[in-house]
Amino acid sequence: MKLDAKIPEGKLEDKWRNYQIKSQLINPANKKKLNVIVVGSGLSGAGAAATLAELGYDVKCFCYQDSARRAHSVAAQGGINAAKNYQHDGDSVWRMFYDTLKGGDFRSREANTYRLAELSAPLIDHYVQQGVPFAREYGGTLVNRSFGGVQVQRTFYARGQTGQQLLMAAYSQLYKMVRAKKVEMFPRSEMLDLVVIDGKAKGIIVRDLVTGELKRHAADAVILATGGYSRVFRLSTLAIGCNGSALWKAHKKGALFGAPSFTQIHPTALPQSSEAQSKLTLMSESLRNDGRIWVPNQKEDARKANTIPEEERDYYLERRYPSFGNLAPRDIASRAAKERIDAGYGVGRLKNAVYLDFKHAIEKFGLETIKDRYGNLFKMYKKITGIDAYQEPMQISPAAHFSMGGLWVDYELMTTIPGLYAVGECNFSDHGANRLGANSLLQASVDGYFILPNTINNYLADEMKSDHPTIDHPEFDKAVEEVKSNIDRILAINGTKTVDHFHRELGKVMWQECAMSRNKAGLEKAISQIKEIRDAFWSDVKVTGDSNELNTELEKALRLADFIELGILMCTDALERDESCGAHFREEFQTEDGEAVRVDADYSYVSAWEYDNGDFKLHKEALEFEFVKPSVRSYK
Amino acid sequence: MKVTFKIWRQEGPNDKGAIRAYEVDGLTEDMSFLEALDHLNELLVLKDEKVIAFEYDCREGICGQCGVFINGRAHGPHDHMTTCQLHMRSFKEGDTIVVEPWRAASFPVIKDLIVDRSAFDRIIEQGAFISAKTGTAPEANAIPIPKAVSDRAMDAAACIGCGACVATCKNSSAALFTSAKINHLNGLPQGRAEEHKRVAEMTYQMEIEGFGSCTFTGACEVECPEGISIINIAEMNARVTKAKVLG
Repeated sequence: MKLDAKIPEGKLEDKWRNYQIKSQLINPANKKKLNVIVVGSGLSGAGAAATLAELGYDVKCFCYQDSARRAHSVAAQGGINAAKNYQHDGDSVWRMFYDTLKGGDFRSREANTYRLAELSAPLIDHYVQQGVPFAREYGGTLVNRSFGGVQVQRTFYARGQTGQQLLMAAYSQLYKMVRAKKVEMFPRSEMLDLVVIDGKAKGIIVRDLVTGELKRHAADAVILATGGYSRVFRLSTLAIGCNGSALWKAHKKGALFGAPSFTQIHPTALPQSSEAQSKLTLMSESLRNDGRIWVPNQKEDARKANTIPEEERDYYLERRYPSFGNLAPRDIASRAAKERIDAGYGVGRLKNAVYLDFKHAIEKFGLETIKDRYGNLFKMYKKITGIDAYQEPMQISPAAHFSMGGLWVDYELMTTIPGLYAVGECNFSDHGANRLGANSLLQASVDGYFILPNTINNYLADEMKSDHPTIDHPEFDKAVEEVKSNIDRILAINGTKTVDHFHRELGKVMWQECAMSRNKAGLEKAISQIKEIRDAFWSDVKVTGDSNELNTELEKALRLADFIELGILMCTDALERDESCGAHFREEFQTEDGEAVRVDADYSYVSAWEYDNGDFKLHKEALEFEFVKPSVRSYK
Repeated sequence: MKVTFKIWRQEGPNDKGAIRAYEVDGLTEDMSFLEALDHLNELLVLKDEKVIAFEYDCREGICGQCGVFINGRAHGPHDHMTTCQLHMRSFKEGDTIVVEPWRAASFPVIKDLIVDRSAFDRIIEQGAFISAKTGTAPEANAIPIPKAVSDRAMDAAACIGCGACVATCKNSSAALFTSAKINHLNGLPQGRAEEHKRVAEMTYQMEIEGFGSCTFTGACEVECPEGISIINIAEMNARVTKAKVLG
């Protein structure tokens, strides 16, 4: 299969405009006749649904939560990047593009990454217009702060609740269009299959999570906006319901999966404290603007943090990466923490954490300033741990976070199935092998609000000429039957172990072998272990209750069945890539001082995997760098 | 750690429902309250029983999906906290913990501890937005908004839509929820154009949904995970009057 990314011609700064000039349009009277399905209601999903509805399309939007407002975009704390250069510190679209490309270790497309930076400034305008109460100076202008991997201040924020505030804006705009009867909203609905007719995406099968009923929905195009899949590790910063099932069903129906193993491990989450734990709470990266990360320079130091004198502390990020210090990018900061913890310098009850200390910042700026900047994060820390971080340092630890990988999409955000689009975290596009902090809200929003509404016309203009799909097409019958038999099969097993038991097993293998540090032998072992978990799951899982009722246990089982298969693909992808790049760190490919060794000659491509009857076939999209020269990514 | 959970079980909206007791051992103080329920559910599965239906998603206090009554208080024994942020260290060995769903006529029970809060979405639908289309925005710094104004809007906008305010209110009033959203948008210059219409329509919808009136006991403010002040309700009431005169 030849992968065509459909990059428009011209200079980097002209590509998006050139695309728009040539793209087909649909007149407003005809848009009314077209139906679009959006799965997911986070920033990318709600943004796309609201904007497409404003343009005149008939939209159906689905989410598994009880309301669109719960989507996990809500949990992003720190901020959103934009090349506004309000701080007059030398920022520009080009610099933001370069930072993002370099941050991703040159494993993303130039044209996509440039467009992300280009559309960042109008996005801030949009959110301000929608009523987002971003942080402001006394004089009324917008404030910025820094995030990892950059040397300018381009991050906009609303206290430590930026994701929540952006989502509220998107959710409001979505409900404005619900009121206008242009969007029909389906909460408590989970997509369980994609319907493909004559090679094109034409609908979905959805389970009503209250009644258990399987429902058919047909449309002229389907947009997946289902977020990340890091719950494959079980313990992650994601919401418990986040899952990879919609992606996985689409993958099995022919959509190629791009760079599945590229997973970001976030350096500043709360450490795991017990086996029963369900979630690792994130503490915003913004804390690294003022907090300093350290461990004692003696192993197994049992003293209280505050009693350890300055000269006996190892500020290892400042030591190893003097020019970025505590704001080194996430992959680097996580690996550095792992290195210290593995070497025996970890702190906390389980010795699995490092300190994040605000002592110096409080001395320098005063308690009130620090409270104003991070008050709600300190409160949250106290609620969960019982510790007052104004008095003693926070204890933090790396945790599975963002999926850079996702369905492979071209410049139009279309997958390899015509009519199926993927937006936001569920696609592989702009972040390469590592995402920079505060670029996630940005990408989700830009995809949903600005890019997709301008690219989908190009496909739908041709679809106008063909018949609208109907739900009595045999492909719908077939898909419903498949879903139904899958559910029946799970309920019939009646084994001896719970769904969570298998999820914990999967999580352990994935975290051990396919997280911050990977190697050939480990990945090979992981693949066979996951296959054993898969077989055990399908013969020994126990799910009580029925399919025709609200059954949270069944929901979990269906998601886990897909996570298990996805786990195999992630390990397969990590094993195939004989280099280290960004978050993908293969132990065999490192310098003497533990930095990643990229192998551009052999691996400057996006891996795109095709599902082949339980096996996976690799396709490659070569990355061509026309405008920048990939360099060794250094933050020293 | 061993406790006895007394939990409301109700098969569906038309079922009468009842409290059932479960003795649970093997808990630890580090566990969150919801993880203790997860643990109980695993035990139930192994005993061939149906799991207890309860809601959650982010488990970090921001999505607003979790929320149950615990020993007679919304979100449990602490002020300004969500259910998912509650940990078992707040309870003692041998405690009996009574767990019930939100009780309000406008939040009907769907199953066990899960209620239907879609009335909130319908209030939002009636004007909790700024009617500007994507692509029409002026430059962000073109309208300066003083920090104090922006901060006040943010204080109100912090609402997570969990419904604890309604559940704890003796009148089942949604005044705190509705006022927080109105004051967020009406407090900002971008929201001014539609301020009177917004107030009139959102408060009207609040009544249609069957939420009670506010009698200013202040109970909601105490249970609100974001600590949203009841001053918002007073401000909303003033805005309602203003909308009647000027709207």
